Amino acid sequence: MNNPKKPIPVPVPGSPRELAACRLCRIEVDHLSVKKDGQILIQDVNLHIHCGELTALIGTNGAGKTTLLRALLGQIEYKGEVRHLTGDGRPAAAVRTGYVPQQLEFDHSSPVSVLDFLAAAFSSRPVFLGISRKVREMARNALMRTHSEHLSNRPLGALSGGELQRVLLALALTPQPDLLILDEPVSGVDENGLETFYQTVSELKKRNHMAILLVSHDLDVVRRYADRVVLMQGTVIEQGKPETVFASEAFERVFYSREGRE
Amino acid sequence: MNGIYEVMEKLLPFSFLQYTFMKNALLAILLITPLFGMLGTMAVDNKMAFFSDALGHSALTGVAIGVVLGMQDQMIPMLLFGIVWACLITFVKQHSRMSADTIISVFSSASIALGLVILSRGGAFARYSSLLVGDVLSVTAGDLPLLVLALLLVFVCWTILFNPLLLTSVNASLARSRGIRNRLTEYGFTILVALCVMVSIRWVGVMLINSLLILPAAASRNLARNAVSYLWGSVLISLICGVAGLILSYYLNTSAGAAIVLLCALVYFVSLPLRRR
Repeated sequence: MNNPKKPIPVPVPGSPRELAACRLCRIEVDHLSVKKDGQILIQDVNLHIHCGELTALIGTNGAGKTTLLRALLGQIEYKGEVRHLTGDGRPAAAVRTGYVPQQLEFDHSSPVSVLDFLAAAFSSRPVFLGISRKVREMARNALMRTHSEHLSNRPLGALSGGELQRVLLALALTPQPDLLILDEPVSGVDENGLETFYQTVSELKKRNHMAILLVSHDLDVVRRYADRVVLMQGTVIEQGKPETVFASEAFERVFYSREGRE
Repeated sequence: MNGIYEVMEKLLPFSFLQYTFMKNALLAILLITPLFGMLGTMAVDNKMAFFSDALGHSALTGVAIGVVLGMQDQMIPMLLFGIVWACLITFVKQHSRMSADTIISVFSSASIALGLVILSRGGAFARYSSLLVGDVLSVTAGDLPLLVLALLLVFVCWTILFNPLLLTSVNASLARSRGIRNRLTEYGFTILVALCVMVSIRWVGVMLINSLLILPAAASRNLARNAVSYLWGSVLISLICGVAGLILSYYLNTSAGAAIVLLCALVYFVSLPLRRR
């Protein structure tokens, strides 16, 4: 739970803090396995995620992408090691992870505005007692980073898919994360919203030098925006630059031979 | 106490307030209804209407246990049983793949049946049937401090739980990624609901208690556009319907609890076509 005494540092757009590179250089995932109810979900996953790069996880349904994300988020138990390292190879302290979930399933009739939602996450003062000016400012700054400050007073349920994802991205960026995890962030978002979303993500990657891990089924998006691609099928079966992975035999096997897609 | 009564007489010189039982009832309503209005918002948001209904029913079992143990005042066993029962339902719900309404239904029927079996032994149930309907006019001055205590306690816990509950109600997995312990929050909330239900069940009754929790929040939800107006709207609706229902029941000579709930339902139906989106 957020510590009420320690306010969350919100980078003001353009401020030195916002522009500062993250304290992390890379994340090394070493022999990571997850078992559930005696069943092996993913096994012996080895990969590196670098700062300033967008790493895309691809694979068919049930390949274990979401399981790996949940392990990295610390939401499920795993065997193996996840090391967070600084530039000189030493362990990095207290790595912050931001998370944008898949298209949120929630009750769209719920009377929660974007501001309520962000304030509930940023501060421990109960939202119904009013939102302080400081927290309002924090929320506005967070929304500005994803070009969505105009959505502040709209109910969450009234947002379009693309707008909602930008609000969720704004939330994930506060406090400034070292690792940003995007789980299929734009499923069901129109072409325009999708473009804006990835533009914003690319901007953040360059500006803040953060590590971004993206799970996506949209191979076109992956081809255009990913710096590295990791192909999974229970374990990592291929990784490298997008063009290398897309041209690999493993890629062919997973995406073409079985289902005849694309 | 007398001081409070005098103030009430000065401020509200109405004929119905000349009786002490009406004064007590009014005070009790001013204490109980905001509690339910507040908690109702999250009960509705987290789809727990059926859950709180089951909790209301478990009051019967709590009283029965008190009777078996030969206790004069059944408040303590009722409170304890309510909290244990609420935690048990939540535990099974969290650890089972069965749908929540099936689980709640099982627990609800089990507790009613157990309560009835014990209380009806030797044909003595008539003595406890007042628990089903409740009677706010039977509140005594001695009951009020407990209500004040409950109001304060619930309000303090509520301010701590509200933000986590709000985030969890939008999306549990997202809330977890922000470091919120969903399960703990859920336990906290169910205990609060149990507490409120048990301290007021004697006045409102097993049959109507859930309506008091759900209806004002449901009506306010139709009108509100953000969390602030949602919560305070719900509190306001409960307060107004509570006081108006009490007065109405005095002049119509009917059950106060029923009149209050009927007014809440009326507000809900009026709010329905005004619903946003």
